[in-house]
Amino acid sequence: MPDTPTAPDSDASGASPAGNADPAPDAPTRELAVSDLTGERRLPVASSDLREFLPGLEPERHVTDWGRSELVEGLVDRTIYDFLYHYWFRVEVEGIENVPAQGGALLVSNHAGALPPDGMMIAKAIREEHQRPRPLHIIVGSGLKGLPGLSMLITKVGGVPAHPANVHRLLFDEHQLVLVFPEGRNGTEKPLKDRYRLRRFDQWNFVEAAMRARVPIVPLAVLGTEEAQPIFAHVSLLRRLTGLPRLPITPAFYLPAKLRVRFLDPVSTEDFGEEPWNDPALMQTLTADIRALVQENLLEMVAERGSVWLG
Amino acid sequence: MEAIIGVDSSDPRHELDRTEFVRVDSQHGLIRRIVNAAAIDTVVDTRLVVDPMAAPLGEAHQSNAIGTANILAACAGGGSPVRKFVFKSSADFYGCEPGDPAFFTEDMARPHPPRTAMERDIVNAEGLVADFAARNRGTSVTVLRVASGIAVEERASHLALLALPIVPTILGFDPRCQFIHEDDIVGVLEHTVRYDLPGVFNAAADGVLALSEVISLLGKPMLPILPPWGTSFAAAQLRRAGLRVPVEMLRQLRFGRGLDNRRLKASGYSYRYTTREAVVRLRAQQRLRPLLRSGTQPYQYDREVEDFLRWSPSVQALQADPPPSQTFGDASRAAPPLASYDDLGGEEVIEIVASLEADALEALAHYEATHLARRTVLAAIERSLSRKRPSGAAS
Repeated sequence: MPDTPTAPDSDASGASPAGNADPAPDAPTRELAVSDLTGERRLPVASSDLREFLPGLEPERHVTDWGRSELVEGLVDRTIYDFLYHYWFRVEVEGIENVPAQGGALLVSNHAGALPPDGMMIAKAIREEHQRPRPLHIIVGSGLKGLPGLSMLITKVGGVPAHPANVHRLLFDEHQLVLVFPEGRNGTEKPLKDRYRLRRFDQWNFVEAAMRARVPIVPLAVLGTEEAQPIFAHVSLLRRLTGLPRLPITPAFYLPAKLRVRFLDPVSTEDFGEEPWNDPALMQTLTADIRALVQENLLEMVAERGSVWLG
Repeated sequence: MEAIIGVDSSDPRHELDRTEFVRVDSQHGLIRRIVNAAAIDTVVDTRLVVDPMAAPLGEAHQSNAIGTANILAACAGGGSPVRKFVFKSSADFYGCEPGDPAFFTEDMARPHPPRTAMERDIVNAEGLVADFAARNRGTSVTVLRVASGIAVEERASHLALLALPIVPTILGFDPRCQFIHEDDIVGVLEHTVRYDLPGVFNAAADGVLALSEVISLLGKPMLPILPPWGTSFAAAQLRRAGLRVPVEMLRQLRFGRGLDNRRLKASGYSYRYTTREAVVRLRAQQRLRPLLRSGTQPYQYDREVEDFLRWSPSVQALQADPPPSQTFGDASRAAPPLASYDDLGGEEVIEIVASLEADALEALAHYEATHLARRTVLAAIERSLSRKRPSGAAS
């Protein structure tokens, strides 16, 4: 056998007598931005666009590559979510049209309650009210991945562990809807007396994530979760003994507070020049602006509310 | 390609077709002599032990640390003929932690220090290869981080676990797992040898399955017998009962791992099997194994016989008259130039074309022109011919 060519393209240039559409003996080797082996950690936006090489869908499967299970999610949706959404919390939704019907978008919400129902109710709201119901991927603290039972269940119904690469892949590569709670654990540990006062949006550099993925941010305000599962106090001794992430004194099940979800106008992340995430001042300003927007709407909704339980 | 030389410290378990075999330990002096004597330009190193079941710990460390250093030493240096070095590493390079991303890309450094001796070996070996790549700029170095393989005869902890009639899992966890079929491992190695692909590449099939999905595809019941707390203690009891579940495997059973395989796909490789298809094939193999095991003798490599067949002058006569399935001559007989040629699609024929000799190409062109006469195939043959015979006008 003669020597096999090292690169199929390099020597084909001079020898193509047929000259018509080149059927390329093998797919061409692309120029890859892999120069060294010890490449430091960077997000794939800088390298070439690999979106077209995402694995295809296999119709035989009922579980996505993220571990989300159609069957489990459908079952939970038809039973628990349905009950909570329609009868327990009697969710009212405003501005659902602000959730884009296609393409990636990063939803940013306030977060409250010991085991907050806001994530699942937002997902259910999109499924119920949106003209084009789309699955919502909820970013959950990566500490949950170590918990038996809960980690399994949360993954199956659409939770994704918090990691910048996960968010980027969902938003940029897969054009999905992603929900983050930038208050993170601080929001869920907030005692009842601090209700509707947002904690700092510092658990998540969500503005940078949206900018890198070039998707809009949709802020939203959820009213009622503070009362649905109020936290009266924390018992740190028990928490340390059990190793659970938190152990608050709280009702064992959700109280039937009226829930309102308001989706606000999308914030574009396009017009900030080249690689705006390198400008920390801009990042902080935008984060503070979005937090102020959510806070403002939340207070407005509290003021309009007649009763905690009846809305 | 003129010659393939296989080097191993034990005899091959498969019949070698055209590979010449040298049995040698990874002493760099000897390997250096082989490399220089045969003027080897491409070295493929698949020797790294990445599973605790494949070899005892001490032996594995010996091979991984010292063996890698020796082979790299044999390939390094100004006078070395080696132009390409392909190193088969493992996805265990990334480890397995709760804070991991769902899909590791090649650029991600390992987020945590290695936990076990095996992982430390893999990370160190990759470090040695990276050093080698930095020092020998003229050599193109490819590192393949290969996911857990689905292979019939391999000894690996995940295969041993999945071969049990009831698969034990950790209560409360359903990790994501990703495999690669053995055909694809070979295919990826061939792809990296054929094309110039310096850098690191993940090799894992499309699709990341939940463990429960894998087990139900295998048609087995799943038994969450390992407790979420005190798992290693329970695993120690299991070991006493005869089932060895290594520490790496326990972490996999808890947290799972996914790889982003798109860089390799972007380089032109297309996987033959998805993870799901690989698992389905594993099921077929698992069901057939008890039937096949009885009656067939394992292949025995016999050096004297091999040497005789290869080098004795009396055998030469046989080789000059090869069996008919391999002839490329005589196109007038209108027999297909390759067995089952007519079954191949245009794309597949085009893939073969690059590896054929000029004579065979002419025969192929004749056959194609008189039979199916696919335009793309003819053009590909034409191009390949003119490349191989720059002087003569093609046909």
